[in-house]
Amino acid sequence: MASVLFYMFAGLAIGGAIGVVMAKSPIGSLLFMVTTLGAMAGTFVLLEAHFLAAIQIIVYAGAIMVLFLFVIMLLNLGHDYQKDLKGGAFAVISFGITGVIAGFLARELGTTGIQDGPGGASIDALIAEHGAVGAIATELYTTYVVPFEITGILLLVAIVGALVLAKKEV
Amino acid sequence: MELDFSRQLHYFWALMPEMILCVCGMLVLLRGVSGKYKEQSVSTSGDPSFTGGAELGWLALGGILLSAMANGWLYGVEEIGRDSMIAVDGFRLFSNWVLLLASALAIMVSFAYVYRQRLQAGEFYGLILLSTAGMMFMTGARDLIVIFLGLEVMSISVYALTAFNRRDKKSAEAGLKYFLLGAFATGFFLYGIALVYGATGSTNVYDIGHVVSSGDASSTLLTIGIAFLTIGFGFKVSAVPFHMWTPDVYEGAPAPVTAFMSAAVKAAAFVAFLRVFMVGLDGAYDTWYPIMWWLAALTMVAANLMALVQSSVKRMLAYSSVAHAGYLLVAITASNQAAAAGLLFYLLIYAVMNVATFAVVIAVAHHAEQRMQVDDYAGFGWVQPMLGLSLTVFLLSLAGFPGTGGFMAKIFLLQAAADAQLWYLMVVLVLTTIASYWYYLRVAWFMWMKPQDADGQHDRVVVPLPMRIALVTSVAIVLYLGLFPGTAIDFARESVEGLGALSGAMPGLGQ
Repeated sequence: MASVLFYMFAGLAIGGAIGVVMAKSPIGSLLFMVTTLGAMAGTFVLLEAHFLAAIQIIVYAGAIMVLFLFVIMLLNLGHDYQKDLKGGAFAVISFGITGVIAGFLARELGTTGIQDGPGGASIDALIAEHGAVGAIATELYTTYVVPFEITGILLLVAIVGALVLAKKEV
Repeated sequence: MELDFSRQLHYFWALMPEMILCVCGMLVLLRGVSGKYKEQSVSTSGDPSFTGGAELGWLALGGILLSAMANGWLYGVEEIGRDSMIAVDGFRLFSNWVLLLASALAIMVSFAYVYRQRLQAGEFYGLILLSTAGMMFMTGARDLIVIFLGLEVMSISVYALTAFNRRDKKSAEAGLKYFLLGAFATGFFLYGIALVYGATGSTNVYDIGHVVSSGDASSTLLTIGIAFLTIGFGFKVSAVPFHMWTPDVYEGAPAPVTAFMSAAVKAAAFVAFLRVFMVGLDGAYDTWYPIMWWLAALTMVAANLMALVQSSVKRMLAYSSVAHAGYLLVAITASNQAAAAGLLFYLLIYAVMNVATFAVVIAVAHHAEQRMQVDDYAGFGWVQPMLGLSLTVFLLSLAGFPGTGGFMAKIFLLQAAADAQLWYLMVVLVLTTIASYWYYLRVAWFMWMKPQDADGQHDRVVVPLPMRIALVTSVAIVLYLGLFPGTAIDFARESVEGLGALSGAMPGLGQ
């Protein structure tokens, strides 16, 4: 059952990703992207990362995508932009490169087989002890406290930069 | 004092310089919005050293000074183990000196520009400080996640700084271009991190080093990961197939930002580049050695060829900075102790001479981005002899003329390349350096050998006090390191001691 679900979600994610780059209108791209993010959330559930799955839906598929949609609609970008897109050779090259990389990765997985990640056991233990949210929170505020704080600086920088560039009065 | 990173508090001490910079950056931002800097007169009279947003500039310089003091204090601190997320080693501390110096010089040369263009001083200096903090996170990181976040803090501030001059369309275009291509490269970098994590099971550079050298890492994943990391870093240091953005962005960005970007961003990216590849991926040297070799050779040749035909000084300097990335890639290719020391020394001298060159470019341009052509330098030397002389010194140093710091830096790189037996790369380095004399000296030739186009065109060159300090300091550093490089290179060699070694005790910094 789990593997059927996995293949379903994986197929949806990949199909959605192809749809994002192939869609004719920005709105179409966006909806395909929602599909991809939703499918990713599904795979997170299969990995028993329930908290991540919820966050993925709420933050990415929900908030950020709605924001994208607003921006696209406000800027009135819903036209057919097919003319501006580089087709033909570019599509072949980009899909070719992606295909080659995917092939390498598939061959790699084929030879070694699917294994539990190096941290799988310890993560299971953590979840058993603290619960899904607690496991992330503990790591975030102990081991990864430095990256966590730097993310704060990153957001500050992004806000200041956006304000500077978007200010009306120069 | 000893740092034991199993206690989170100790990260607080290890990150003292960065935190001081962040706090000062926020203070400058707050001061910028609370103060009244709007009523600046449009006239160019008045001394930009003390009026307008100058107060914020001095505040930012004070922050850098405090951070430098904290950086000096870290020399008395010893870390336990070498696998913490933040490194407290000589390599990091030396590169912090370089970054702090580069951003201090960049702030000093911005005073006149910020004043005349009426830029929002608070945000400008604040973003420079925060960006420097990001670079220092990046150079001090021993974990790919921290490197990535530092890279992003640095890049996003620099994207905003590039587009900072809202009255200039070129600035906005450059900002957008840099942002889009930078985001693209970031994607590659992140995917590279994910693949390396997949191959080795860790994001810690030190642990990655252990897994890779023991041969346990899956080679396909690792190879693709290395390729992607190379693309990400190659973009940030503007190595040749990934340099397309450099000329346009360097030309469009406000000149002080270009100075900052070409010196500090490049330095930070190279330091992280070397740490990841020399410490983390040393076991896979055979995999990435040919990539680096070709990248270095291609960058040196292509950049110098393209620089030969530029007529805009800013564009020429952009290609020159790509060429210098090529020379520095030789150090990455060599990837030994001598190369690491040479890289640090080169970055120090490169940051100084590049920012200082842009300082004179800002002075000549007078108003924003006017007078950027080589022709505009005609007769400049005789009208403004001090500025002319210092620009000549910087150009000679960029070209690598004997007696200047740039020459010694190249000698140390060559020495490192010889240690690694990269004979062909050495030949390319020397030949392209000789070719580069042409475009650097052409500016000097216009400056001293040609008459002015119009009388009095160089009479109104404003050099405010901070820029004067920056120029004097830079001339002193460039000449001193050119004539007496001993102390600095010894210091750089001490700083990299034990960098590549995966086992063994960390040589104490406190000695």
